[in-house]
Amino acid sequence: MLGRTANGLFWMFRYLERAENTARLLEAGLRMALTRDVQTAQEEWRSVITTSGQRALYESTHDSYDGQSAWNFILRDKANPANVREMFGAVRTNARLARTNISSDVWEAVNTSWMELDQMLSRPVSQGAVGDVVSTIRRAGTQVHGAFEGSMLRNEAYHFARVGTFIERAESTARILDMKYFLLLPSLSYVGSSLDSGQWDQVLRSVAGARAYTWLNAGQIDARGIVEFLVLDDRFPRSLAFCRSEQRANLAALARMHGAEGTCNELMRDADMHITDLTVEEIFEQGLHEFLIDFMARNAAISGAIAEDYRFLA
Amino acid sequence: MVGTSDKFDEMFDGQGATRPAYTDYCAWYDEQDNKWLQRKNADADDSFRKTGITFNVYGEDEAEERLIPFDMVPRVITAPEWRKLTRGIEQRVRALNSFLYDLYHRQEIIRAGRVPERLFRQNEAWLANMVGFTPPGGIYTHIVGIDLVRTGPNEWFVLEDNARTPSGVSYMLENRETMMGMFPDLFSQVPVEAVSDYPRRLARSLAACAPPAFAESGRKKPNVAVLTPGIYNSAYYEHAFLADQMGAELVEGSDLRVVNGLVQMRTTSGFKPLDVVYRRVDDDFIDPLTFDPSSMLGVPGIMDVYRSGGITIANAPGTGICDDKAIYSFMPEIVEFYTGEKPLLPNVETWRCADDDSLAYVLDNLDELVVKEVHGSGGYGMLIGPTASKKEIKEFRKKLEANPENYIAQPTLSLSTCPIFTKKGLAPRHVDLRPYVLVSPSGIDITPGGLTRVALKEGSLVVNSSQGGGTKDTWVLKD
Repeated sequence: MLGRTANGLFWMFRYLERAENTARLLEAGLRMALTRDVQTAQEEWRSVITTSGQRALYESTHDSYDGQSAWNFILRDKANPANVREMFGAVRTNARLARTNISSDVWEAVNTSWMELDQMLSRPVSQGAVGDVVSTIRRAGTQVHGAFEGSMLRNEAYHFARVGTFIERAESTARILDMKYFLLLPSLSYVGSSLDSGQWDQVLRSVAGARAYTWLNAGQIDARGIVEFLVLDDRFPRSLAFCRSEQRANLAALARMHGAEGTCNELMRDADMHITDLTVEEIFEQGLHEFLIDFMARNAAISGAIAEDYRFLA
Repeated sequence: MVGTSDKFDEMFDGQGATRPAYTDYCAWYDEQDNKWLQRKNADADDSFRKTGITFNVYGEDEAEERLIPFDMVPRVITAPEWRKLTRGIEQRVRALNSFLYDLYHRQEIIRAGRVPERLFRQNEAWLANMVGFTPPGGIYTHIVGIDLVRTGPNEWFVLEDNARTPSGVSYMLENRETMMGMFPDLFSQVPVEAVSDYPRRLARSLAACAPPAFAESGRKKPNVAVLTPGIYNSAYYEHAFLADQMGAELVEGSDLRVVNGLVQMRTTSGFKPLDVVYRRVDDDFIDPLTFDPSSMLGVPGIMDVYRSGGITIANAPGTGICDDKAIYSFMPEIVEFYTGEKPLLPNVETWRCADDDSLAYVLDNLDELVVKEVHGSGGYGMLIGPTASKKEIKEFRKKLEANPENYIAQPTLSLSTCPIFTKKGLAPRHVDLRPYVLVSPSGIDITPGGLTRVALKEGSLVVNSSQGGGTKDTWVLKD
């Protein structure tokens, strides 16, 4: 297939994942803000915006943090070029670019979701509507992935899309963890103490892992358990270990189809060595933040190498 | 159902009786519940939006995607009528190809004094680079759209030849899909020729035009691609649709490069030769080395590869000259010159304003004529005398006098009507027809059907989608 089309597929699925992750982050923030007093709710919204990586931009256009401004900023504010409406527009644009390499089912799932969301986000989102918007975004993701799994050939197009999904998801989980770690555990002495279980609960909700975590850990919430779950537990589909194994499998499939490995497979192996057999104690020893920074850098390097190896750009 | 006015209506005769072509359809229609039809009509737009069959319009603010309105009453042509039309179209397309070959070679038709030399010398679509070169298989117009209008039971005329890049075929296909989705029972009651294999026919026709380099390569199947200007082009949907349906690549200029004397596509596993390119990019932009140097849409060096037999470009550069309305006015002579036969499908009577006598006549009768720019298209830059205001006529007169050779004039034809579905029931509207013709060394292939454009405004004669026109599914009945 064309390098440009592969690039389109890769980014179509990165943006889809990003939109979905942003919606989950927002959803967790909404829930958190509801259960807090006004003062703390402001802090929550600041934290949501910070985690989304848009704090400087938000503060340059807003004087204070409140729910209405925050979710509109995240969802549709033109001042934020990375709002969800734009992300979904990018999903659709990339789907159009890659139109000849996706099935009609996938295209229609993207197009109808986009029509619905674009309509919903064409006006400011009220308190009453924000929940609907968030669930529409999640449903859009589910629909596209469902159509994709059910109707696509397992050819290189499939693997480029999958690898895009897991590059983005790994990046997102790592960033959420890093942001929260930094905010909530400023010094090592906090590690292990049961700090604010509400905050950690929010982290788990942001990655759709609250239920799974509770089920696996019988309700015991602590930093160590959560890190182990989000980084190392390869049963959880948003953990770093899981994302890595999906990346690895899809890149291996691409190498098989092209009859040769590229730089991305090499980087993948390096990255694997770094995480295999790692224990949560070792992560805390080297510092969770340092570990995550290194992880994200490797993730970005793999993404860049894929683009290079498969001639995404002229 | 109601009868219609003095115009030739394709569904009802003057007494309000259903014409044979529509007997089966009307029998079905009369049995449907009107409320249900209304609901179906409202659903049609939704279905087009979901599939994304839109065209892009660029306004001042941002890009907008619009739908071409779809009318759910089919336009029906009987098998004998269609057979007659196809014979005329085939003859015309054959003549067009011979004409292009001649024009870029010995120019016998000019030597014979049948067509004046100035016609193409002054024509921007004329490409000096094509002189003396024969495209693979001798085919210039691989894909042609012949615009037809009807004025009576057996009166069909050619209104325009689209030999450059006829668009709209995706509407022919999607209109049918939509109709079959909306009214499946209708198709079990009326025997209609299928159009859905057009993409396969197109793929086959293009593959049959593979260049000499492909034959020498030893590869089994030629690589075919659709070259699009990109997702912001108004017809991008169609480009993607056709590539998808043909199983061909959809490429942009930036995906292609000349490597080892061949045009190659940048794929995920390196450069891969391209044999046939169905380009939806204008001549001017196709090769920045040969034509417009600022073009980002084309492929530097593709013309050299073309001339050395390394690639087939469909349609061939320089075919656009046949879209010129001054050339059109000579089509009866052109058909006769190359086929030795009288044209089976007549032209609409045309006055060339470049001739003094004609100009005088046109100026005297502006309020009755349709005046068109020779290079214009899309319904722009034309005057429709009978509906124009005095002021518009006055302004047009000035333009015409200043530059007469830029115009031709035709009588205002009483185009046939076909009913559309409205809230108040069926109402007649003017229609035209664009059948799609494929040309390859293995022959001329016309898909039974085409694109029927309809002027949705009552009384309007302008069917262009840019001017409030819509489309209909076009049925050719089986024998």
